[in-house]
Amino acid sequence: MTTSFKPLRTGRPKFDPNSIFWRNMQTFANNRLALFCAFVVLLFVFISIFAPWIAPHDPNETDLFRRLQPPAWKDGGTWAHVLGCDALGRDILSRIIYGSRVSIFIGAAVILVATTIGTLAGLAAGYLRGWVDTVISRVVDILLAFPYLIFAIGLMAMMGPGLGNIILALAYKEWVIPCRVVRGETLATREQEYVEAARALGASDRHIMLKEILPNILSPVVVVSTIRMAHVIILEASLSFLGLGVQPPTASWGAMVADGRAFILESWWVSTFPGVAILLLVLAINVASQGLRDAFDPRFQQ
Amino acid sequence: MTESQSPLLSLDQLSKTYIGRRSLVERLMRVPPTNVQAVNQVSFDIRRGETLGLIGESGCGKSTLGRSILRLHEPSSGKVVYDGQDITGLNPQDMKTMRRRMQIIFQDPYASLNPRRSVVELVGLPLKLHGLAKNDAEVREKVAYIIERVGLKANQMDRYPHQFSGGQRQRIGIARALVSHPEFIVCDEPVSALDVSIQAQIIQLLQELKQEMGLTYLFISHDISVIGYLSDRVAVMYLGDLVELGPVESVLNNPRHPYTQSLMSAAPDVDQPGKRDRVQLTGDLPSPMNPPSGCKFHTRCPVAIDRCKTEVPVIESVGEGHQARCHRLGEQISVLNLSA
Repeated sequence: MTTSFKPLRTGRPKFDPNSIFWRNMQTFANNRLALFCAFVVLLFVFISIFAPWIAPHDPNETDLFRRLQPPAWKDGGTWAHVLGCDALGRDILSRIIYGSRVSIFIGAAVILVATTIGTLAGLAAGYLRGWVDTVISRVVDILLAFPYLIFAIGLMAMMGPGLGNIILALAYKEWVIPCRVVRGETLATREQEYVEAARALGASDRHIMLKEILPNILSPVVVVSTIRMAHVIILEASLSFLGLGVQPPTASWGAMVADGRAFILESWWVSTFPGVAILLLVLAINVASQGLRDAFDPRFQQ
Repeated sequence: MTESQSPLLSLDQLSKTYIGRRSLVERLMRVPPTNVQAVNQVSFDIRRGETLGLIGESGCGKSTLGRSILRLHEPSSGKVVYDGQDITGLNPQDMKTMRRRMQIIFQDPYASLNPRRSVVELVGLPLKLHGLAKNDAEVREKVAYIIERVGLKANQMDRYPHQFSGGQRQRIGIARALVSHPEFIVCDEPVSALDVSIQAQIIQLLQELKQEMGLTYLFISHDISVIGYLSDRVAVMYLGDLVELGPVESVLNNPRHPYTQSLMSAAPDVDQPGKRDRVQLTGDLPSPMNPPSGCKFHTRCPVAIDRCKTEVPVIESVGEGHQARCHRLGEQISVLNLSA
């Protein structure tokens, strides 16, 4: 009997360039537009993290002499305030830079909470079936029947404004999206023979759900989560626009658009630049996440 | 070799019925569910150390029977007695302990290995689940031993399933089934997805392992030559029913049930290329949702009589350890003579 083998290594190999994940990442990297958009998203994240160092002015510093000062390239503008100032004389560029913190933080937090809850609920519904599935699926159906924004407005009105409450109000409904994706994927994966093999070996339901099924359905969850992050950012901006989001004076893109609404004809820059910021970030996330989907969806692979 | 008297495994009237789902409207209108009787009151024993071959065409319930024995599909009725203990009513904790002793090798070596787990994780899983190794180093040591035994190299254990060929993957599946040192293995068509050249290697390996580890096999297959080579006894299934059971020589050489006879006549034989009498069954396997009355085989049986359509035959002894389920056993009838 040959029992001679190399000294045992504990731990797994760190990097395998042939693994499915890295091959998918290479496919993603070949998509130039998606890669560029991913960099744009990262740029926004970078800006939001280092806002105090990047922003030229204090975002809340008011100066009524600079009231509605136009952007630098227009008459009356100065290079000290590149994108001009709002009705209270606050620097718009600085407020956009600080506002990215609210958008990105809320977007990431809501997606994190919603994906965690939705994944666990979806796994339970799809794997355990029976009454667990019935209860979870009916709750999902009920939540889907509410218009998203009205649901969030109602919750905000009940709970009152505040950062934590916005995250809760959006996550309350957002979890149904990953839940439905995970439930569907779980229904398909639970019939795989390797799941049956794990049961034959004596694995518990918990082990099967978290260790056997979850790793195999993670790609669509990640892809859906990134796509949904763009939606959440828009929703946060909508809530802030309606005055139910982050409270003044904290800079938030949606609130900035609302601030400029009264002067949209004479001082268009107050509303336009934060609007463009929303557009850029959401567009970049969408294109990047679609590149991600193309790379990770097996139907697009040869 | 003295055989202990008590069988390792005995099935008592084991049945598995899949109950069709009805919509709310159907339930309100009391439409009866469409049930599929996949396994119908099957009883037999498997002795310690023997290989029982289970044969039948696609959809006859042989895989379902194998899975019901392991309670991968919960049996609908009947008993599975393993080593003197009825395992059908065991609670999950006791069942988990029992699972260490009874394992399964799957047909599809691609679907049965989780693509996201390396060989050491796949094969080491039973060790971890049953606490058979103290730490990761011991897991790796035991995995290295067993994968070398099944013909892989110990330094391949950090690879993933997609880096192996079909035959190698099946070896991983065998290693995973054997690493916890079980006594009883359900081999669910373990070679039918493989190339013929590799089939022989895997069958050889299974034979060697059986000798070495004192295993008992329930070997499910639709390949008569594989069953004939491996088995000590053979069971034949048709539409969920056990139709014939006996020692391998007498079932293969002297089949008594018309279905077994036609099955045997359909097997190609290298020694007789011209082939002896051959019976071709007409028609498809009837739907198990709506099985024929009486003897389920009467719709395709070349020697069926009126009695077969109404009366369900019982299984009766036709020789030493040889049983068959047919109304016309006493007439020594053979479907092969019909074509002559």
